[in-house]
Amino acid sequence: MPLLNLSSPHAHSSNSTASVMLSVALATLPAALVLSYFFGWGTLINVVLSISFCLSLECFALYLRKRPILFYLKDNSALVTAVLIALSVPPYAPWWLLAIGCLFAIVIAKHLYGGLGYNPFNPAMVAYVVLIISFPLPMSQWPVAQSLQDANAQLPNFLDSLSLVFASRENIDAYTAATPLDVFKQNSSAMVEELYKNSATFSQAKFAGVAWEWVNLAFLAGGLFLLYKKVFTWHAPLSMLAALALMSALFYDGGSSSSGGSPLFHCFSGASMFGAFFIITDPVSSATSRRGKIIFGASIGLLVFVIRLWGNYPDALAFSVLLLNFAAPFIDYYTQPRAYGHSKKPPINSENTK
Amino acid sequence: MSSTRELTVNGLWKNNPALVQLLGLCPLLAVTSNVVNALGLGFATILVLLGSNIAVSLIRNAVSDAVKLPTFVMIIATFTTCTELLMHAFTYELYKILGIFIPLIVTNCAILGRADAFACKNKLLPSAVDAIAMGIGFLLVLVSVGSIRELLGSGTLFSDMHLLFGSAAQDWQINLLGEEYKGFLIAILPPGAFIVTGFLIAGKNIIDKQISQYQAANKAKTPKGSLRVRTTGKIT
Repeated sequence: MPLLNLSSPHAHSSNSTASVMLSVALATLPAALVLSYFFGWGTLINVVLSISFCLSLECFALYLRKRPILFYLKDNSALVTAVLIALSVPPYAPWWLLAIGCLFAIVIAKHLYGGLGYNPFNPAMVAYVVLIISFPLPMSQWPVAQSLQDANAQLPNFLDSLSLVFASRENIDAYTAATPLDVFKQNSSAMVEELYKNSATFSQAKFAGVAWEWVNLAFLAGGLFLLYKKVFTWHAPLSMLAALALMSALFYDGGSSSSGGSPLFHCFSGASMFGAFFIITDPVSSATSRRGKIIFGASIGLLVFVIRLWGNYPDALAFSVLLLNFAAPFIDYYTQPRAYGHSKKPPINSENTK
Repeated sequence: MSSTRELTVNGLWKNNPALVQLLGLCPLLAVTSNVVNALGLGFATILVLLGSNIAVSLIRNAVSDAVKLPTFVMIIATFTTCTELLMHAFTYELYKILGIFIPLIVTNCAILGRADAFACKNKLLPSAVDAIAMGIGFLLVLVSVGSIRELLGSGTLFSDMHLLFGSAAQDWQINLLGEEYKGFLIAILPPGAFIVTGFLIAGKNIIDKQISQYQAANKAKTPKGSLRVRTTGKIT
């Protein structure tokens, strides 16, 4: 009888990288459905294109690096990156836009740094930033939301969608409209109340802006599912949303024409929920300790608001995330948790002070 | 270390100031958004490098170690000012585009590095050859980065060459990627400079590795067949 003396814990959870990544990919499903409901076929085409680009580029990069292809492909990390890129790029984006985004995410942001686990930056956000500073026009052409009834624009059918993606983009202007954040960005004279009354984007919305409120709710639902599955902890998402809400409450300005918008508006528009639950919780590129995660999340929330209100771009998640990815090792250095059994500060000259 | 051939190989490839020594990165990254800027800065650097190497090698026995570096910097600054005035006179437009990066040639470590590491220990002729080889090595990297960035960023090559070569070069521009190419802006923006330079360095390392592998494979050849091999002596 072997006298194995294993120490606790005796029961292990079966949280492998592959299953975690798969549940993250599945958790984006509600948001993908809501996006498809409001914006038509474009989202689905984005997802299909992005997954095929990312997986083939992953194979290519692994082949170049002489790594076992199937083994690394099965960890599903390329799949998650692909889905995140697909959901952040506007629907009906031309195919080459996604191809370039996937190239930068998989080959440059991930494999050039040594593959999964070694990438200092979030690959999907690198792709987004490269695309938005290189191709500002197609990256800002968000289609009009389906439920915006009095708009002249209608969404394209499936064949038109395909031709928008693969062939001519001359008609794209017929389908695009300003997102809620664009509306706020371009507003210089109207009070918030007037804006909510006059702009169809807000007057037909339930609480934060047509379509985007539901997209954000769907991301929130997916995020809560992941939280329940213990894929990540609450620290980073909560502190990011709290910082964003606090900043927007401070700069609400009583709803004047220079107001930045209400906390509710900021938390439920643009990429807020997407970022809070799917981007800043990336275990590789974010801070690791709990206090570190709180600082990391709160700084991102702060930066998102600052760039949204005073920067040149309507939304700011990708820039904020990349900036804080730079800072993550620094944050980790100063927030090392106390190891059990050690005192708070290493005793200086402990031998001399007897 | 002083045969002309060796100096040339060193400057152009083995000890290339931009790809191996990683010196002069500031102008390399900042001005290479197209070919003409890269060429302009490259020529200016060659001129300063040549002048400073010659001057430093001439005075090398008269300057003590204590005042060596300040003297070199003064010499380099003098030649930089001359170059700046020349560009001001003959290629005014380009002078305006390159702006602060012409005076900044003074701080280009590649030049001070050559003065300190080579010219102050060698005679006039090798120093001049070294300056030309190093300068051309730097120029080639500048032009490679510039052409890759210009091609990706705006789809052209050799645009605005008249700024450097006069009105005869007005229509040297080649639209390699067609008129409708909209441009991949990140290539022209600062991140593009880092990415392109990084890929060039990686490319050089790959070539070097393959060369050394090839040489290692060729070295260890033993004659086949029934030839009796003596362990001493050389088989030809």
